[in-house]
Parts: sequence; C-alpha cells; structure tokens
Amino acid sequence: MNWFDKLLPPKIKEKSSGKKAIPEGLWSKCPGCSAVLYCAEIEKNANVCPKCDYHMRISGRRRLEGFLDEHGRAEIGLNLRPVDFLKFKDIKRYRDRLNDAAVSTGETEALVVMQGSVKGVPLVAGAFEFNFMGGSMGSVVGERFVRGVDCCLKEGLPLVCFSASGGARMQEAVISLMQMAKTSAALTRMSAAGLPFVSVLTDPTMGGVSASFAMLGDVILAEPKALIGFAGPRVIEQTVRETLPEGFQRAEFLLEHGAIDMIVHRHAMRDKIASLLSLLGPHRLASAGVAAVPVNP
Amino acid sequence: MNQNFLDFEQSIADLESKIESLRYLESNGELNIKEEIARLRTKSRKLTESVFSSLTPWQVAQLARHPLRPYTLDYVGRVCRDFEELHGDRSFADDPAIVAGIARFMDRPVAVIGHQKGRDTREKVRRNFGMPRPEGYRKALRIMKLAERFNLPILTFIDTPGAYPGVGAEERGQSEAIARNLYEMSRLRVPIIATIIGEGGSGGALAIGVADRTLMLQYSTYSVISPEGCASILWKSTDKAPLAAEAMGITADSLKALGIIDGIVPEPLGGAHRDVDGACQALKVAIETLFTTLLAIPVDELVERRYRRLMEYGQFEEA
Repeated sequence: MNWFDKLLPPKIKEKSSGKKAIPEGLWSKCPGCSAVLYCAEIEKNANVCPKCDYHMRISGRRRLEGFLDEHGRAEIGLNLRPVDFLKFKDIKRYRDRLNDAAVSTGETEALVVMQGSVKGVPLVAGAFEFNFMGGSMGSVVGERFVRGVDCCLKEGLPLVCFSASGGARMQEAVISLMQMAKTSAALTRMSAAGLPFVSVLTDPTMGGVSASFAMLGDVILAEPKALIGFAGPRVIEQTVRETLPEGFQRAEFLLEHGAIDMIVHRHAMRDKIASLLSLLGPHRLASAGVAAVPVNP
Repeated sequence: MNQNFLDFEQSIADLESKIESLRYLESNGELNIKEEIARLRTKSRKLTESVFSSLTPWQVAQLARHPLRPYTLDYVGRVCRDFEELHGDRSFADDPAIVAGIARFMDRPVAVIGHQKGRDTREKVRRNFGMPRPEGYRKALRIMKLAERFNLPILTFIDTPGAYPGVGAEERGQSEAIARNLYEMSRLRVPIIATIIGEGGSGGALAIGVADRTLMLQYSTYSVISPEGCASILWKSTDKAPLAAEAMGITADSLKALGIIDGIVPEPLGGAHRDVDGACQALKVAIETLFTTLLAIPVDELVERRYRRLMEYGQFEEA
C-alpha cells in the first residue's frame, strides 16, 4: 500500500476494490445509504434497509406473502400465459425475453394476483413483479387484473394492487396500450358495486400503468421515495433541457402536489390497509333492505 | 428539394416540377406542349400510385406527420357545421393542444374533441406540437361530461405524438388526467366515435380514444410508443425507428388485422394533404354510417357492448 492509498478515506477505497471483496449473493449494498448489508438481514426486514429505511424493490410474490394472512390464499389467473402474437423481435426475440424473465423470476408474468385476507378482512390483492420485463403490462397482466376485479365483483371484496412497473409492454404493441383502457374500465364496475380499490404505488410506477388503474384508486398510497410519474425523468430532461429538481416524481413530491393520499412504510402497510378497508367497506348488509351503516364499536 | 414532398416521394416531386416548368412555357404561348404535359401528368399519377401501393410502416409514419397534413380543425370545419369551440378545464388553464366544442353533424348536435397541431412555427409552439398537458385532458373530460348531460354523441379526432413530458405536466398529474379519461369514457352514456387522423401516440392518444367505434385514416398510425422511442429503448438507437415501426405494426392495416380498429378511411392519392376536401368527404361518409348505426342502439346496451369490447382486448393462452 503506497502513501496515497493510506490517505484515502475508507469509502473511496471501497469503490475501487469493494466489488471483488463481496461474495455474490451474500452481501448487498443499500442504494440509499451505501451501507453493506447481509442479504438475509435485508430479506428478513422485507427489503427495507435496517440502517436508513430505504425501501428496496421486493418481488411480487414475496410482497403478497408478507401482506396477506397466512391461511386461505388462492392465486387468480396463474394459468394465463403470454403469447408472442406479433412475432416481435428487436435485438432479442420477445419469446426469448419471456423465457429469460420466467427463469430469472420464477414467475409466468409480471403480475401476481391472489384472493385472501388481511388481518381477517377478505380481499383480492395483486402485486407486480418488476424483474419480469420491468413489470411491463401486456395482455396477461391486464387479464389477471381484470380477473381479480371479477372475483371482487362476484364475492363482494375490496381490491388492493401494489404497482411496480415501467409501463406498457412494447413487445405487445398497441394491444398493451389497450390494457390501460381495459383495466381502467374494469374499475368502473368496482365503483358501481360499492367496492373499494386501494392502489399502492411502489418504486417505480410509470407510464401506462401509472396512467391507468394505478392512479384510479379510491385511496392511493405510496411507499417512501418511490418514483412515480407518467414520463420517465430522462425523457423529461431531454424535452425541457434542464436538470430536474431533487426529489422530482418521488412519492413525497406527489403527496405535496395532491396526487396521492399518504406515504406508508412497508412495515405498516398491512395495518394501514386493514384499517382503511374496515372504514371504507364494503359494509355488508345486516339484512336485505337495510342500509349498511358502519357502527362504532 | 421540394419540402412538400417526403424523401421517398422525390421522384414524384421531380416529375411535378417538370410539369410546372412546362406549364409555364405553355402559358407563354410559344409552343404547343399540351400533349407532353398530359403525358407527364399520367406518368406522375402512375408513379404516385406505384410508390403509394407499397409504403413501409416508417413511410406511413412520416406521412402521418406530414407538415401539410390536415389537422382536427381542418376536418371539423368540413365534416361538421356550426362548430362552437369551448375553452378551459375550469381549474387551471386552457390547453390549446386539445380543441373541444359542440357542433352539428348530420343535422344532429354532437360534441367534438381533438388534438390540434399548429401549421406555422408560432402556432406549433402555441399548440405545443399537439402534445396535451393535464388541463387538456381535463378540458376534454369536461366536454364529454357536458355531452353526456345533453345527450350529444361524441366525435374525437386523434393526432398527437403523445402526452407532453414536462415538469408542470407531471406536477399537475398527467397520469391521473389520462387514467381518469379512460375510466370515464368507458362508461359514458352517449355514443363515441374516435378517428385517428394522424399520429396516435400512446396514452396521450388513448385518453380521448376509448370509443364504440374507432376509425383510422389510411396513412395514420397508432402505437404504444413512437417508433423512435421504441428504437431507443429496445435497439438502443433511434436510427432503428424504421425497424421499430415495422415490428410494432403501427399502420391501419395491421391494427385492423388485430381487431383494434373498425374501419380504414381511404385517403386521396398521395395522402390527405393532396386533397383536403376529398379526405374530409371520405371521413364524413365513414362516420355517417357508424353514427346512424350507433344511434340505433339503446344506451344501456351500447355501454355494455363497449365494456365487453374493452374486456376482450388481449391475446394470451390458458394453460
């Protein structure tokens, strides 16, 4: 070690040599505070940094497993599979991208939907798998969402959806654009039936997902610092030719601009949503013809 | 190089300029070259027919953005009568990238909504190149609600590169504005006919495009992202836009085959800008047929059918 290396603060040294020192998959660096964390510890904490509370992305399935009560879960639309109906090929074939995504995530598509309950409140919940092609919305995502809604309509249940998506899936071209209209339209039936939809925006919720059902929640929650918006920050920067202000399109920014109702810590999500749903309903009729009025305990 | 012609039309442009110069000679009365002009005209028409008989999707995309292409107000003025433009979203501003109002179509009052691009530089900037901000979509929604209240069928005209990606637009809820229109349009209790007249750019287009029937002009496009945007993300280079246009199937023919649109309105030879009146007449006829059909459907059934149709979008397998 020469004299210059000795002078360097540990943080800079870590940048040059840190990668090699950490065995793959055992340790991970927090994107928020750069702390090096033991992966098992992060996982135990629902992918929230134990040091700085940074909310790292979490797989859709793990999200639902942590969110729903342990018993009485049933997956909806698991049998739906994507089709490469356009034979779409960029530098890679769509079919190959689908296979790769399936292998790396263990999922068949970018949205997981389950019927279950949260603290005893029955509901249907969906969660996006961001690692499946950027959580992009194609035909299967749209259809699973709608089947979730249909289940709610049939059984009189509320709906919760955790979004994490870059937007529409380009490889399904205009059919993916139509999923925006399809999912949004389905929510009109939820409203008509008096069933609440709680939309939870997690990092990131952009493009066609944000510009459809995700922004149509009766109540809209977001996780801290989640990136949420229509156009991506890079596109905006190129258009307006100026650097964007700090915190632009983050959950806190949206709260300030009146776009969302509240920011909820991942650990508090279960309690918060159970509480909201107990207030919103659906309040079942005690007997036919009697208006359902929530009663104070 | 003639700016009124696109790259792939240069051979036609050359012939046309030759005809022009011969006509100039003729008017001087020095030579009798009527026959020669007639021969060149036929040749020019044949050439145009052959060029336009095999356009690539990328060439169609260029036509859809042609600087002389008729815009919403050009169509509204010729397709409808008594157009009264209405302004403002009642909460923030009036967005000139969307025009909306009430008019008469086939002697029946209707509501009209469309993206509007500008012709000259000043107007282009004022209209923000047809890229709406949230207040534009909220104005559109206000007019749709007004249409529902007074039982006016809605005609929409789509022509936008996309919703505007700007700081203010994000601050005022671009996503929510688009989402809200999709939601409300799907249950609006009046017939809606949407026509893509130029560029159908993504969510910004769909936000006034949920309809009972959708038409596309022959040389217009409709896609989830612009060919350039798609190319830059998937090919990492905007130069590959022609490939992206091909892959996404953005033309009227492809979309008809996918069942996304109901009809293709033929354009005059060489594109709508070569004969604006002709293009408007063709569109008017096409809308008239749909209009009569939709008005005959009881409103409950109309809304139910629209919903069913939306739910059918998507191609997948059930394992």
